[in-house]
This record gives sequence, C-alpha cells and structure tokens, in this order.
Amino acid sequence: MIVDMDLGPLWLTLQLAGSTVIVLLLVGTPIAWWLAFTSSRWRSIVEAIVALPIVLPPTVLGFYLLIALGPHGLIGGIWKDLTGSALSFTFTGLVIASSFYSLPFVVQPLHGAFEAVGRKPLEAAWALGASKLDTFFTVASPMAIRGYLTAIVLGFAHTLGEFGVVLMVGGNIPGQTKVLSIAIYDHVETLEYAQAHTLSAGLLLFSFLVLLAVYTANRRLPLHVT
Amino acid sequence: MNQLSAKFDLAFPSFHLHVNMNAPAEGIIAVFGPSGCGKTTFLRCLAGLERTASGSMSLNNHIWQDDRQGIFVPLTQRSVGYVFQEPRLFPHLNVRENLQYGWKRTVKSARRITLDHVIQVLDIERLLDRRPQSLSGGEQQRVAIGRALLTSPQLLLMDEPLSSLDLQRKREILPFIHKLDSEFHIPIVYVSHDLHEIVELAKTVVLLKEGKVAGSGPIEEVFSQLNLRHLIPENHLGALVETTVAEHDQEFGLTTLTFPGGHLHVPHQKRQIGERLRVQILAKDVSIISSPPSFQTSVLNLLEASVVEIGEVKPEHPFVDIKLDIGCPLLATITRKSLATLKLHSGQRVHAQIKAVALSPEIHQ
Repeated sequence: MIVDMDLGPLWLTLQLAGSTVIVLLLVGTPIAWWLAFTSSRWRSIVEAIVALPIVLPPTVLGFYLLIALGPHGLIGGIWKDLTGSALSFTFTGLVIASSFYSLPFVVQPLHGAFEAVGRKPLEAAWALGASKLDTFFTVASPMAIRGYLTAIVLGFAHTLGEFGVVLMVGGNIPGQTKVLSIAIYDHVETLEYAQAHTLSAGLLLFSFLVLLAVYTANRRLPLHVT
Repeated sequence: MNQLSAKFDLAFPSFHLHVNMNAPAEGIIAVFGPSGCGKTTFLRCLAGLERTASGSMSLNNHIWQDDRQGIFVPLTQRSVGYVFQEPRLFPHLNVRENLQYGWKRTVKSARRITLDHVIQVLDIERLLDRRPQSLSGGEQQRVAIGRALLTSPQLLLMDEPLSSLDLQRKREILPFIHKLDSEFHIPIVYVSHDLHEIVELAKTVVLLKEGKVAGSGPIEEVFSQLNLRHLIPENHLGALVETTVAEHDQEFGLTTLTFPGGHLHVPHQKRQIGERLRVQILAKDVSIISSPPSFQTSVLNLLEASVVEIGEVKPEHPFVDIKLDIGCPLLATITRKSLATLKLHSGQRVHAQIKAVALSPEIHQ
C-alpha cells in the first residue's frame, strides 16, 4: 500500500509538540514551584485555572484563544504592536495556543514532584551555603527528575493529539498549521482512507514507542524520591 | 571571651517564643526542655530559618540579625552548620558528593576543616562511594554531621541529631559528637530532650520552658540548683561531678575516681588513668547520715559533707531535696521524716553515702 505521502504534517506536528514542551518547561516550572511552596490564598485559584484545560471542551478553549490571539485580542494585539504581524493562523500562534492547552499536563507532574521533594532538602542546601537558584538546579531539580520526565512526555503527547484547538486557532494551512491530526481528518473527509490509515498508524506507533521508552527509563532511574 | 547572644520574640497562634540568651561560644551549649517548649524553633531562629519580627543575634561580635538596625543575614550567607533531626542527605548524590556539597560552596580562604580530617574523625571512609539510601540511620547522621562540618562553620547547630536512632546507634554516635568539640573547636548548640545526652556532652545548658529561658549557665551549676528541680524530670535530678580516673581495682572490678572533695568508687570503667570523666550523682542515690556509721556498711562511698541549702518542703510531698557541699555541690533527695529525725539545718556537718552500684557514669539505660 504505497501512497504518495506528504510528510509535512508529521514534521510540523513534531515541531509544534517540541516547541510547546520547551515553552511549557520555561513557563510551567516557576508556576509549579510557586504552587508547591506558597502559602498564598491565591494558590487554589491558580491551581483551578491551570487545571481548566483538562475539563474544558477544546472548542471552548479554542474559541477564546482564537479571540485572544486575533489582531484585536489580548495576546494577538500586543503581538501585532510588537512585531507588526498577526498571530492567528500562524505556527507561533499555534504554539501559544498549545501551551495553554497542555499547561496542566506539564505543571501538575512538576507540582507533585516539587511537593514530594519538600522544603527539608532545600533548607539543608541553604545551610550548606547554596543560593536559592543553586539549590533549585543542584538539589530540587535532580530530585524531581521523574516529575520532569512525566511532564515532558505528557506535554509532548498531549500536544501531539491536539485537534479541536488547532482547528479553531490554526486552521488548515499546509506547512504552517496543518498538523497530523488535521491531516488525518482531511483524508477521512475526502475518503482517502489509505493515507488516513498510514498517518494514524504512524502516530499510534510513535506515541506508543515514546511512552514505552520513557516508562522504561523512568523505572531504571536510580533515584526514588519518597 | 567569645559570646553567643540571641534575643528572639516570635508569636505563633498557639505558642510564643520569647528567648533572651547569652552564653560563652565554646564547647557544647545544650538547649534542653520538654517537647513543644520551642527548642527547635529557637534553633531555626538562630539559623535564620524563622524570621522573627523583633530579634537580634550575634556571634563573637558578628551581627547576623538585628531588626532595629535592619540587619538580617540569610542562612545561605551565614557561617552556620545545621544538623537536622533527620539526616536530609541528598539522594541523588553519593556520600562523597554529599560531603563536598557545602565544601565546594565555601570560599577557599575559609576552609579550615579538611575532608580527610572529617572522614577520619567520623570514620566514614568506607561509605564514600555509597548512596545515602543504602546507609544505616547512624551512618547517615554521621555523614550529615560531616557535611555540615565541611563548610567550616563558626557555629554548629544540632537539632536532636540522635532522636531518630535506636539506642545502639545513639551509643555509636555520641562519642563522635563528643570528639567534635576537641577536634574542630566549633561552638555547638545542641538541642535535645534527652538528659543523658546533655549530661554527657554539654558544657553550658539552657533550660527552655514554654518558650522562655527558665535557667542557664555552666552545666554543673545548673544541675546543682534546687530551684530548677521542676524543670528536670523526676529521677534525673542530680549534681555533676568532674572527676579524673585514678586507679583500677582488677580484683573487685572497681575504678577509683578523684575529685576536689575526695574520691569515688565506681564500677569498672573502660578508661585510661588520668582521663577526665563527668559523673552524675542522682539525688535519689545519695543518703545522709549525721555521724559515721558504727557498723560495717556495704556502701563504699562515704563522704564528709556540709548542708548548704534545704529545698522547699511541701506538705503534700513526702520528699525534700538537700544541697550539700562535698568540695563540690551534691544533691540528695530524702524523706521529710528523715529531715525531721536528723534535724538538718544549713551549715550542719554530716556524711553523705553513695552506693557504688548507683554510679555508672555514662552508662545509659
């Protein structure tokens, strides 16, 4: 069953998922850290907001993001002022949308991992002369390594399987926003079942292999934080 | 002389710490009190882990905190070693890396204590390449002590470092803590609720009660004060006598100790002649007689004494504490009936009897 395959959507999907995970590690880690150690009364509110994408239908999230990313929207407007170009229906816009969509899948494992590390090892490190940032990189993060792995995998996999938000925010522009899930939907719509099969099976296999690799690595990690 | 001064005022919903302390910064300063009296909080204040609204703390004229002047040196910049109740070793590093963690972060010119010295004193050579998780509790705590020492701190804070260990491990570690003072010359603030540890280790003692200092001073003085009796658990009241090992009697399995007021016979001690030994003579083990017995007695230690002070007599309590002088202070607990029979009054010449069997210095149940 050889069909002429366009690998563009696959490549684009991997790029999107990769970029989203990087953005989320940079943004999500401080949020997770704050949630794990704050005693602020805002904590519950922030926790609820972070968890929202889990329960919201992707179309609802996509709808609001479409408005926010639009040229007159909260994010899109600022972006347009800064760069002169629009955000909606672009790859960058898609990365921003995916970051909101996958936020809880990165923040929650990290939050849990930092909480498991707790304050005690941090105090020990401070007493040994390590600064707070030093402590974060040399004690808290290595001890939370499993949390990071879980966050990366879940964030990546969840972005990989994204459909509703992409459709709302990104549309279906080849090379820009036409990711794998959209491409599969397209093929099915036009009754190209062979192509749909190939892409679906590919995504299925790839997802399985990634998860398998991570869980195996996770089990073999020498560190068990209890 | 070097001084450790601390003044903290810290209110919690259910508890108020109000401490004002001044102690010579040398040897082991023990902070003693029942659970919940604020010992750990006090230690955390000393480290700068708890921020008090109004407080001050200085060591050898180095000010680490003075809220009136707006000075607060954060823990990471204080030259303080902290040994917690649990070892808190870093699980992702092996023992050597744990030991080096603070050492690497200490400026070169401040490194007075070397890895080799710590390894030798704490006897942890064979543990270096192992992971903390594979160590016993006692071994972990020794590594934690070594890790703190390797920052060459000016002050070492220890928060009940032996409380999570069983008796066997405690006995294993106590000698190492004892050695810290003589080997590294770092003043240690040692928090404990175990009087045995304190009697063995401390030079100075601070008694805490409900967040306040109820008594403090050199340990021999504090332990011979009748008015601090209510702070010391029943069965632990007793004066401390600093002695020197004088002689071993192989035939009867006894050791003779000399002290300013004479000598004491005690069960055999595995000590060198000339070694110094601190003995606590519990007040309940001391009896008083007005004149030397005309009969033979099984009690080996008979010491001339004079009555210094008679403790508070309470009608509801059958006992009374007597402070004697035998060349150094000695406490005795007797019945009120005996007090009446002997007609004791201060200045009176008497004899004190102490059974050798009761004197087992540093042998803890």
